Amino acid sequence: MTLFPIRGGIHPDYRKEQTSEKAIVALPMPHFLYLPLQQHIGAPAAPVVAVGDVVAKGQVLARADGPVSAPVHAPTSGRIVEIGDSPAPHPSGLPQPTIVLEADGEDRWIDLAAPLADPFAATPAEIAGRVAEAGIVGLGGATFPSSVKLRLGQQTKLDTLLLNGAECEPYLTCDDRVMREYAAEVVDGARIMAHALGTQRIIIAIEDNKPQAQAAMTEAAAVGHTGIEVIGVPVQYPMGSERHLVQALTGRETPARRLTADLGVVVHNVATARAVHHALRFGRPLLSRVVTVSGGAVAEAKNVDVPLGTKVAELVAFCGGFTGEPKRIISGGPMMGQPLPSLDVPVVKGTSGILALTAAETNEQARQPCIRCGTCVTICPCGLVPVEMAAFIRNDKLDGAARLGVMDCVSCGSCSYICPSHIPLVHYFNYAKGMLNAQERDRRKTETVKRLVETHAERVEKIAQARRAAAAAAKAQAELNKANGASA
Amino acid sequence: MSILIDKSGPFTHARTSVQRTMTLVLLALVPATLFDVWLFGWPAIFMFAITVASCVALEAACLTIAGKPLTPTLTDGSAVLTGWLLAMSLPPWAPWWIPMAGSVFAIVLAKHLFGGLGQNPFNPAMVGRVALLISFPLPMTSWVVPHPLTAAGSPGFFDSLMITFGGHLGHLDTVSAASALGYIKTELSRGVPVSQSMTHLPDLMDMVIGSRAGSFGETSALLILAGGLFLLARRIISWHTPVAVMGTLLVMGTLFNAIDPARFTGGLFHLLSGATFLGAFFIATDYVTSPVTKQGQLVYGVGIGLLTWIIRTFAGYPEGMAFAVLLMNALTPLIDHHIRPRSFGRTRKGEPLTVKGDDR
Repeated sequence: MTLFPIRGGIHPDYRKEQTSEKAIVALPMPHFLYLPLQQHIGAPAAPVVAVGDVVAKGQVLARADGPVSAPVHAPTSGRIVEIGDSPAPHPSGLPQPTIVLEADGEDRWIDLAAPLADPFAATPAEIAGRVAEAGIVGLGGATFPSSVKLRLGQQTKLDTLLLNGAECEPYLTCDDRVMREYAAEVVDGARIMAHALGTQRIIIAIEDNKPQAQAAMTEAAAVGHTGIEVIGVPVQYPMGSERHLVQALTGRETPARRLTADLGVVVHNVATARAVHHALRFGRPLLSRVVTVSGGAVAEAKNVDVPLGTKVAELVAFCGGFTGEPKRIISGGPMMGQPLPSLDVPVVKGTSGILALTAAETNEQARQPCIRCGTCVTICPCGLVPVEMAAFIRNDKLDGAARLGVMDCVSCGSCSYICPSHIPLVHYFNYAKGMLNAQERDRRKTETVKRLVETHAERVEKIAQARRAAAAAAKAQAELNKANGASA
Repeated sequence: MSILIDKSGPFTHARTSVQRTMTLVLLALVPATLFDVWLFGWPAIFMFAITVASCVALEAACLTIAGKPLTPTLTDGSAVLTGWLLAMSLPPWAPWWIPMAGSVFAIVLAKHLFGGLGQNPFNPAMVGRVALLISFPLPMTSWVVPHPLTAAGSPGFFDSLMITFGGHLGHLDTVSAASALGYIKTELSRGVPVSQSMTHLPDLMDMVIGSRAGSFGETSALLILAGGLFLLARRIISWHTPVAVMGTLLVMGTLFNAIDPARFTGGLFHLLSGATFLGAFFIATDYVTSPVTKQGQLVYGVGIGLLTWIIRTFAGYPEGMAFAVLLMNALTPLIDHHIRPRSFGRTRKGEPLTVKGDDR
């Protein structure tokens, strides 16, 4: 198959060898699990249990609240000991509503809903419904509710399901290991998803630095002549960005502010496909995920199957703790991951990696003046001009940055990574995007308020007019009566 | 344990730094510089040392006056590079005050008055050279024929001190010479056609190797080319600017030489004479003063090539590279404003692309 070039990109030190040959191991069930109500993009889930309730493994603890939301299930059996605020796995570390479950050690399952006898006989809506009930979200890190994406086939004509196994982030090997160890499950999940989407074609894209995963997936795809194409894509960060992956495979470029679905392509992560397999074949909700624990400060780097809600501290302890002092603790990959304020936060559905990086690994240096080398322009996969956008933002001219397309930036981090002056470009862009979004919200709010005020004023004026008219009419009537009385 | 959460990612970084970039450029200049030191002897060593030392000293002075920290900037290598490139563009036997005055123009006027590293619109070394050329035309066009360090009759250490600091050339009589470009221009003004005056010049092979009269660093085209290729290989520079500069000079020279060989010198001569290679690989590729996009660099390079050819051919000065670079420096913001890459998912005008079914 011919591949198409994508613009720019970088070749970071991948450092995947620390965990790529480590088979997935299961974390022993922790005593306490901290399950935030918001582990996905969209509305937070609404709790359906109360403190003191005894729950079984797989039981719904919080239901999806609205069309874009996802339920939260109990990863093991036990008792709800608290529903309150707990630090979020987010740079702010701000408290967020969390259900705390104390495990009873029995790991007793709830009676799961009977799986569909034949998913391929089910309607797309049924499959999407099952995926929604299972609380499955994009496990690549975006955490968008997968059922919403599976329903796209009902609105748009789709032709391709693209399974994203690029895993272009350095360090991370969780998808690599899932593909190598559970290839058949991923393939089955992909076929079910394709059926729901109504797509004829399934492509599984894997970067060429994962030959074993490519071989395992090719072998699994060949069973039963599924027609699934396993395609090796060049090792080029950010190949795993969905728009860029679609471009590399189809040559088609997703228009700005549109979805790849508008081109007929829906992209799902490989681990998401495996979760769909579990949900449809066994009725099992999403209770755990594979997390890569790595970085120079970790004693034993591992790929761990972690129950959702496990405190990061516990996961790190399972990997032997720290050998050196970590400079940064990252949730996700080093390019696009989030820095964590402490280890006292839970693993959630979107946690693909926990990295403890040493100062040598982060290679942070003092910022120097920009020398306009233009490398950021050359490597920007979105065709933007980071050097100029940064200059605008530094002078607080956000409109200028917006004109240059800062809102089109996907925050892949390539420009910051390559900058010889160590300027935190993505930090600027994230700031600008946040401010511009806030301004837009404010503008809309002001408009709404203005509209309401105007409508109110109009209404008041109308009432006043009606009152004046009534008064005038009454006065005229009174005068008429008076006149009549006088004449009488 | 203190975990940092002060900024967004990435939390890994390429082994790049301003120092590394500058050091590689300096490294690329070493072979040509060593050859030129041998070629022009002690006076050239003094001139080179004075230029670099003045530039670094002035950088330190400016930073102190501006109240900026010294270490990060002084160690980034940019002042050394400016001094080095300025020295490369000066006559090898220039008296001491020429490189000193040039350093003031380059570091104080062109660089720090505009805000220091990264803020200067004009290439500091070229501002230094052009300001000197206009202010002191005589010492700036007094070329010497090569006096290799090891050759008999070359000035010794003390003679050289007299040349650099004493301002006289002692017993050395056969020093003055014209650069190839200067010679052609003079002869042309006397009515001698190019085709005839060319025969009195060292042949092209000598120009490639560099044993000819000219600025300190511009004579050895071959070693400059080697340095340039090194920078290309290490991806410090891209091919766009040098190819555009040299390609334009080659095309213009060849074309007009074919039209009137008596009036116009050939393309290959343009390529190998003067500061073409030094300018194309080391001066025009200066990050700060050139466009940031590859397409912009092509436009910029063609502009430099064209202006250099025009100045060499029609203007009063025999060499036009420095003027051409400065003129195009002035256009860099304009080029950057108008030539931008196409954003992903958008047309060149910035409108979102359309997909099939949009035209409903």
